[in-house]
Amino acid sequence: METFLGLDLATWWFLVIGGLITGYGVLDGFDLGAGALHLFFNKEESRRTALNAIGPVWDGNEVWLVIAGGALFAGFPLVYGVMLSTFYIPFMLFLVALIFRAISIEFRSKEPWRWWRKMWDISYMASSTFITLLLGLILGNLIHGLPFNEQHEFTGDLLTFFNPYAILIAITTLSLFMMHGAIYLTMKTENRLYAKLTVLVNNCCKFFILCFILTSMATLIYIPHMTQEFKHNPWLFALPLAAVLTVLNLKRNIDSRKYFTAFVFSSITTSILLILFAIGLFPNIIISSTNPAYNISIYKAASSATSLRIMLIMAAIGTPLVLSYTIFVFWTFRGKVKLNEMSY
Amino acid sequence: MPSVEILARVQFAFTIAFHYIYPPLSIGLGLCLIIMEGLYLKTGLAIYQEITRFWIKIFALIFGIGVATGIVMEFEFGTNWATYSHYVGDIFGSALAAEGIFAFALESGFLGVLLFGWNRVSKGVHFFSTIMVALGSIFSALWIVIANSWQQTPTGFRIEGTGMEARAVVTDFWEMVLNPSSVDRFSHVIIGSFLAGSFLVMSVAAWYILRRQFTRHAQAMFKVGLRVAVVAALLQLFTGHRSAHYVSKYQPAKLAAMEGHFDSLAVADAYLLGWVNQKEQKTSGLKIPGGLSFLTHGDFTTPMQGLRATPPTERPTAVNFVFQTYHLMVIIGMTLIGLTLLAVFLLWKKKLFDQRWLMMIFVGAVLLPQIANQVGWYTAEVGRQPWVVYGLLRTSDALSKTVSANQVLFSLILFTLVYLLLFLLFLFLLHRKIQHGPDVTQNEEEVSDLYSKRNIGGVH
Repeated sequence: METFLGLDLATWWFLVIGGLITGYGVLDGFDLGAGALHLFFNKEESRRTALNAIGPVWDGNEVWLVIAGGALFAGFPLVYGVMLSTFYIPFMLFLVALIFRAISIEFRSKEPWRWWRKMWDISYMASSTFITLLLGLILGNLIHGLPFNEQHEFTGDLLTFFNPYAILIAITTLSLFMMHGAIYLTMKTENRLYAKLTVLVNNCCKFFILCFILTSMATLIYIPHMTQEFKHNPWLFALPLAAVLTVLNLKRNIDSRKYFTAFVFSSITTSILLILFAIGLFPNIIISSTNPAYNISIYKAASSATSLRIMLIMAAIGTPLVLSYTIFVFWTFRGKVKLNEMSY
Repeated sequence: MPSVEILARVQFAFTIAFHYIYPPLSIGLGLCLIIMEGLYLKTGLAIYQEITRFWIKIFALIFGIGVATGIVMEFEFGTNWATYSHYVGDIFGSALAAEGIFAFALESGFLGVLLFGWNRVSKGVHFFSTIMVALGSIFSALWIVIANSWQQTPTGFRIEGTGMEARAVVTDFWEMVLNPSSVDRFSHVIIGSFLAGSFLVMSVAAWYILRRQFTRHAQAMFKVGLRVAVVAALLQLFTGHRSAHYVSKYQPAKLAAMEGHFDSLAVADAYLLGWVNQKEQKTSGLKIPGGLSFLTHGDFTTPMQGLRATPPTERPTAVNFVFQTYHLMVIIGMTLIGLTLLAVFLLWKKKLFDQRWLMMIFVGAVLLPQIANQVGWYTAEVGRQPWVVYGLLRTSDALSKTVSANQVLFSLILFTLVYLLLFLLFLFLLHRKIQHGPDVTQNEEEVSDLYSKRNIGGVH
């Protein structure tokens, strides 16, 4: 296969998709997490502030999911089809939850009635939590592997997805996003809500560290194929080490109330965890628990070299653009949230 | 129980038709917003800022539902049509990826500034954001229509592999992008969207005019909408003709179904209204003899290929459906031209806003472009059956192999309920927003109070 800078095009595209998913995790992670915590705030003003903290950016964050989906379709059509049709019911529920989340954010402020706002508050929290858990569940199953036959047909049923490992990953994802979201909210709020959040951040962080330890142990013990690559290339152990150091730094910064630095570290944590997952998987994307010979590798699934080359050019042009207006938007809405007549 | 194929097709048709209520409105409103805000920047009059703000709020509502229901479409390719995804991924995927990276990111990024940025950025930057959001929605349509057009008239590819492993692979990117139908279909779709958006603006404005509320604002809105609508309605005649022309060249069976033309090779008539009897393969109605031959070849006597020229397994079965949807679209298109020209004439005579009957028509006319956009797509998509990729991949071969009828039935019921709720909420919130109207500044309110007291006897 054609190569560019020493890597073949399929690997490049694997990196692009990995980058997009990481971007999605870091960006939508905080607004999903903020949503999952929404009902912890009791006052109407607190809820509005929390909602407006993510108001101008959540839609842009969600676009990373759309782009990642498109990139998977474009780069590895086989995986796109197999993955989505395998997780048919989870994905359908995921899509419905995305709809409910979007309309909860948009519709809540449209009417002043208490029942109306309460209804959307519950819907916002429930959908945010549900989306996060489903993402984690799907990720957990991808790490764990699923029963696929030689024709890449899924031979399990809905219950297959609810194995203990996948459930653990789902909870870990929720804990990570809740912590990430709580840190983001402390950066954007002041006074009483801020005080309340400093306590909440601490608890979320402890919950995450607990999940992090459990996930690390479970992966080491039960998922041998995720650690194989590390045995061949011992220098890769720098990454899990970096993950531990990052988490420790994260805790330290939360304790000393340096929330911006803490946010940077929780973003790095999310990234490293996804990179570890990518390394464990590579060069496969779909792992068959029936027989390793039925795995789908990036080489089997990749689009043609022509297509991959064109899309890499697109990504090279598009990424700086996307990053520049993402930065522009975040810069425009920097600082603490101030409610005004245009707010949610 | 219906087959997986029927259920999956119904689900796709339902979710895309529902989705398609919103993007055309966003695209059309986007253009109207650029004009309104542009007028504000140019004249500095508060009235233009107020109508811009008002329509941005409605834009946000429509855009939000468009995004939410659009994500469903992206993933539905994979969930229900895995074989199709594998087949076209090399081509469709790149268009979809381009849409995400060049269009969605643009519109979603700047939407925040549009909605919440009034006090945070300068007027110029805000206007720039409005343009970016509008452009983003147009780019989005561009890539999607390219992908769909490739399925109608595939070029710039080769087939690799056989059977279930077969797939189309790009050989020439630009040939794929600029396939024979993309330009005509894109312009037809975009102008249809401008009509949808501008008629919404005019509908709401006409409603205020009838109720003698926000009269000055309503007239300003109406004029913006009318400018867009009259140009769009006339242009649509041209793009429509061009679209029919590509169909005649590349999809003769679809064109034959559109006019209910069965004979293998005969002079083809164009119907104004009619009915297709599929059993007897006969079409009757009010027709221009040789009309289709004339529209296609500029000659009333040129024989044209009819449905029977295509083997029964390779031509659309729902002929009457295609015939009716196509004719409804054309009739509505002509009506829109008549309506907008009449309105422009009356505006020039300075009598437009006194014609209450015409204002009543404009309140309801918001539905016309919507219906035309919908049935136009029904014509295009049902008319190309049994193919999902024209001449290459059959719809029945494109399904996900592992998804069962029960699963699709479950998701279909789920989407039906959720979309019904979504639609009711949309109508409710839209209604409330319209009732609330633009936020008029004190000064403006006095002016409009004076205006209403003097002219309308204090009804406000």
